[in-house]
Amino acid sequence: MLLIRCPFCGERSEIEFRHGGEAHIPRPLKPASLSDAEWADYLYNRANPKGLHIERWRHVHGCGRFFNAVRDTVSDFFLTTYKLDDPRPDLGQLANGQRR
Amino acid sequence: MKYSLFSLLRQAASGHEHWPAQWRDPAPKAAYDVVIVGAGGHGLATAYYLAKEHGITNVAVLEKGWLGGGNTGRNTTIIRSNYLWDESAAIYDHALKLWEGLSQELNYNVMFSPRGVLMLAHTIHDIQVFKRHVHANRLNGVDNEWLTPEQCKAFCPPLNTARDIRYPVLGGALQRRGGVARHDAVAWGYARGADRLGVDIIQNCEVTAIRRDASGAVAAVETTRGEIRARKIGVVAAGHTSVIMAMAGLRMPLESFPLQALVSEPVKPVFPCVVMSNTIHAYISQSDKGELVIGGGTDVYTSYSQRGALHATAHTIEAICELFPMFRRMRMLRNWGGIVDVTPDRSPIIGKTPVAGLYVNCGWGTGGFKATPGSGHVFADTIANDRPHPINAPFSLERFRDGVLIDEAAAAAVAH
Repeated sequence: MLLIRCPFCGERSEIEFRHGGEAHIPRPLKPASLSDAEWADYLYNRANPKGLHIERWRHVHGCGRFFNAVRDTVSDFFLTTYKLDDPRPDLGQLANGQRR
Repeated sequence: MKYSLFSLLRQAASGHEHWPAQWRDPAPKAAYDVVIVGAGGHGLATAYYLAKEHGITNVAVLEKGWLGGGNTGRNTTIIRSNYLWDESAAIYDHALKLWEGLSQELNYNVMFSPRGVLMLAHTIHDIQVFKRHVHANRLNGVDNEWLTPEQCKAFCPPLNTARDIRYPVLGGALQRRGGVARHDAVAWGYARGADRLGVDIIQNCEVTAIRRDASGAVAAVETTRGEIRARKIGVVAAGHTSVIMAMAGLRMPLESFPLQALVSEPVKPVFPCVVMSNTIHAYISQSDKGELVIGGGTDVYTSYSQRGALHATAHTIEAICELFPMFRRMRMLRNWGGIVDVTPDRSPIIGKTPVAGLYVNCGWGTGGFKATPGSGHVFADTIANDRPHPINAPFSLERFRDGVLIDEAAAAAVAH
């Protein structure tokens, strides 16, 4: 079982959390001007990378709050977790400093 | 060599030491008419039907590991076609009809065993949904019948139908034509069949890039064994589809999750059918070797790790132990994970892509094995004629843009 660091509560076991999918997908600012293809891309298409993935998690059985995480989808190793309004981290820098 | 009683007797006379290899191990040629990426059941079936039904034999199937080593060798081998929507019923029943004659077709015993698939209802909602399935299936010519708890117990004696368990059995939907098959034999049978028709199956050959010409159409794949030119490329890469399609600059409506399964120690025949419980995620049958084959729901987060978390397996075991108390003291031999590519509507994507010459067959999620023959059959037709077969036309990539989803996610009432 994974240990996940909630930015508000600290390290807790994986079963306290719910995965929330890819992070940093902003809702379109002008919905009426989007084409069908752009809507489909927003609603359905996902990066689904093999490697570093920026994703949302929610501490459902804890503080209940959403936060973001960077995880390696090959090893399931968490590189960092951060609050929703923190800036998107630089993946290249994170990968270089990755503990193994 | 054709397998028959005669060939068996002849090989027996010489101590079974002269059976020929079932397929060649060719070096990749510089160019093929069609390259299939992924030598699982679906990819091998595609190559087989390309050669058999469309006369396209200059085909290579590229596999990064060994053939049938991905989800084909990792699933729980359940075969059924009782899906709700017309489009799904058409493709899964097309596959089921092919399963029924597959051993003869391939001259290879795939051990298809239509022993019946019983799907349990545990809530009022389950009952309503399953009865709706029964009626919808009948309208589509797919067999499915409603059983009372007593009838469920008669059909599957190990089942616990006590009313005081956490999720009591309130009834079930039974598809008698459903069942199981030997998963490895399916890959091996299609591999041997395709190989005999001239298809090159190239293992340990990972695709690293897709090259396109000035018009944007596909021209070649770069692999760990060199460049291979092809004007038509069919991607059948299951959990790694997003990775391969990104090489052609395409984003896919897919997320890859680990799905775990496990087997028990082998015992004498004790379990007569396949039982599924979508509500509490427990899927069980007994293999011909005697092992109980058990599957659960997917893990909760996307991953390519092919492992998954132990608590997900424990959850499945708890459900099995409650439904089948006689298995409480069985020991489990091993568990494993496979990476499944899940679409938003839980229906597959089979067809052309925005890139000329690039075709995709993916998104089978947690239940692709049952569709193997039908999927390969219609995908081969799509590649050969550069247009979708009528059966897979609704399963296009464009359905997400056009809003015509085939929503088996909602229909299955599974807590995905």
